[in-house]
Amino acid sequence: MKKIKWLVPTVYIIFLMLPIYWLLNMSFKTTTEIINVYSLWPKDFTLENYKTIFTDSTWYMGYINSITYTVFNTIISVSAALPAAYAFSRYKFLGDKHLFFWLLTNRMAPPAVFALPFFQFYSSVNLFDTHIAIALSHCLFNIPLAVWILEGFMSAVPKELDETAYVDGYSFGRFFFKIFIPTIAAGIGITMFFCFMFSWVELLLAKTLTATVAKPIAAIMTRTSSTSGYELGLLAAAGSLTIIPGAVVIYFVRNYIAKGFAMGRV
Amino acid sequence: MNKTLNQKAWLFVIPVFVLVAFNAAIPLMTVVNYSFQETFGSNVFAWEGTRWFKEILHSERFHASLGRQVIFTFIILLIQLPLGIGIALTMPKKGWGVPVCLILMSMPLLIPWNVVGAMWNIFALPEIGFLGNSLNSLGFDYNFTQQSGDAWFTTILMDVWHWTSLVVLLSYAGLNSIQPAYYQAAEIDGASRWDIFRYIELPKMKKVLTLAILLRFMDSFMIYTEPFVLTGGGPGNATNFLSLDLVKMALGQFDLGPAAAMSLIYFLIVLLICWIFYTIMMKDEGRS
Repeated sequence: MKKIKWLVPTVYIIFLMLPIYWLLNMSFKTTTEIINVYSLWPKDFTLENYKTIFTDSTWYMGYINSITYTVFNTIISVSAALPAAYAFSRYKFLGDKHLFFWLLTNRMAPPAVFALPFFQFYSSVNLFDTHIAIALSHCLFNIPLAVWILEGFMSAVPKELDETAYVDGYSFGRFFFKIFIPTIAAGIGITMFFCFMFSWVELLLAKTLTATVAKPIAAIMTRTSSTSGYELGLLAAAGSLTIIPGAVVIYFVRNYIAKGFAMGRV
Repeated sequence: MNKTLNQKAWLFVIPVFVLVAFNAAIPLMTVVNYSFQETFGSNVFAWEGTRWFKEILHSERFHASLGRQVIFTFIILLIQLPLGIGIALTMPKKGWGVPVCLILMSMPLLIPWNVVGAMWNIFALPEIGFLGNSLNSLGFDYNFTQQSGDAWFTTILMDVWHWTSLVVLLSYAGLNSIQPAYYQAAEIDGASRWDIFRYIELPKMKKVLTLAILLRFMDSFMIYTEPFVLTGGGPGNATNFLSLDLVKMALGQFDLGPAAAMSLIYFLIVLLICWIFYTIMMKDEGRS
């Protein structure tokens, strides 16, 4: 029984890794080799694809753009959601339940519905093709999620903590930053992870809201593949590189994830 | 937790309210605006009343893509939930296996959606892809760009690959919140493995599973980028889901009126289902 138990996650992880391995495999091949030879590993190993990406600014700027708006969005979402989640977890106020559900409805709006109006709206306020426009537009689905997750974590913290701090003469601001935020650090870590994740992987809005200056890497990939035929090797290399920021983020929050998930409040 | 009544709490909510309203209310009004008008380009509009809504609700094209969407979402939930729970149950609870599992399993979640589509395209191509080549050499006649059955199979497999980990992570979180005392008590009572799952683990996972179902329902119902890159809605219209159809109409044909009406109907369907689910969930919570 014990041995079989290991089998399930192992098989699942192998299934997850297969397409990723295939992408990596392709990224070290030339496009001609990809099309003409079927092989499980690169026969004609090349770093040319990666070299193109790191030397051509239209390529590597795409990564910088994507990381920039993702970081902006994570900061905006979490800092706006912190006080709101506190309010929802500690107080009753007029329309609180309706407001909470209304927030969630925005997580439910299909981005395809909003693509065109977003384009017109952000153009009219002169934010089109800026990083901040994408960061703000991603708040549409990230803020509701951040409030939702943080509210869960905060409700798990007993109210006595707040009351004891006030008795000890803490002001609200000092209590919030010195005591409360460190207490729910794991929750904030998890929330940042989710915000980063959903902003990093989204393409439809990011593509709609940009032309050249702030174009995300994912959009550059679609453009290149359509103009110069399928540059499969280059595409695979660009795709492989998009996995790295996510992997780095997971590595940094891995302890928070284990701890946060262990609290069972996600 | 007993909450105190405090109207000043609104001040805390204002930043979130403003940011989301800015993003949701204004674009939504634009959509509503379009849905009642006919556009002739260069900002000339004419009032059309509810014509587009009637047209969409009676159009076979809408029925077809809605049908495909419902079937797709249903299959996805049916596969991913049991699979996710099953994997979470077998995951190690402590030791070096925990971070390894968590990190490796989170990987698919952090890959941009069009890369997921492109990756699966390369992976499934009948000649040069590992999946396509393997299936064909095993004797299956597999080609997802030509046969609709294969296109469906590939799209579903891609989504299972992409999103099952979310259900795993959430279920794992729920399982970890169970105190060891529960298991000890169950052991003393001589409960079977199934009893433990049915009466201890499942109730304790209820909250995270609700979240998992809601997130998976919403996201699979709105799926756009991955099938757009993988199949482009094809072959023919076989995998032309709601979002794909909507974008084709709005940006491809520039039929703003009908597209806006369709957007609103689409949004209302998602909203209605989530509201029903949310209400049932909240009622249950109030009772216990």
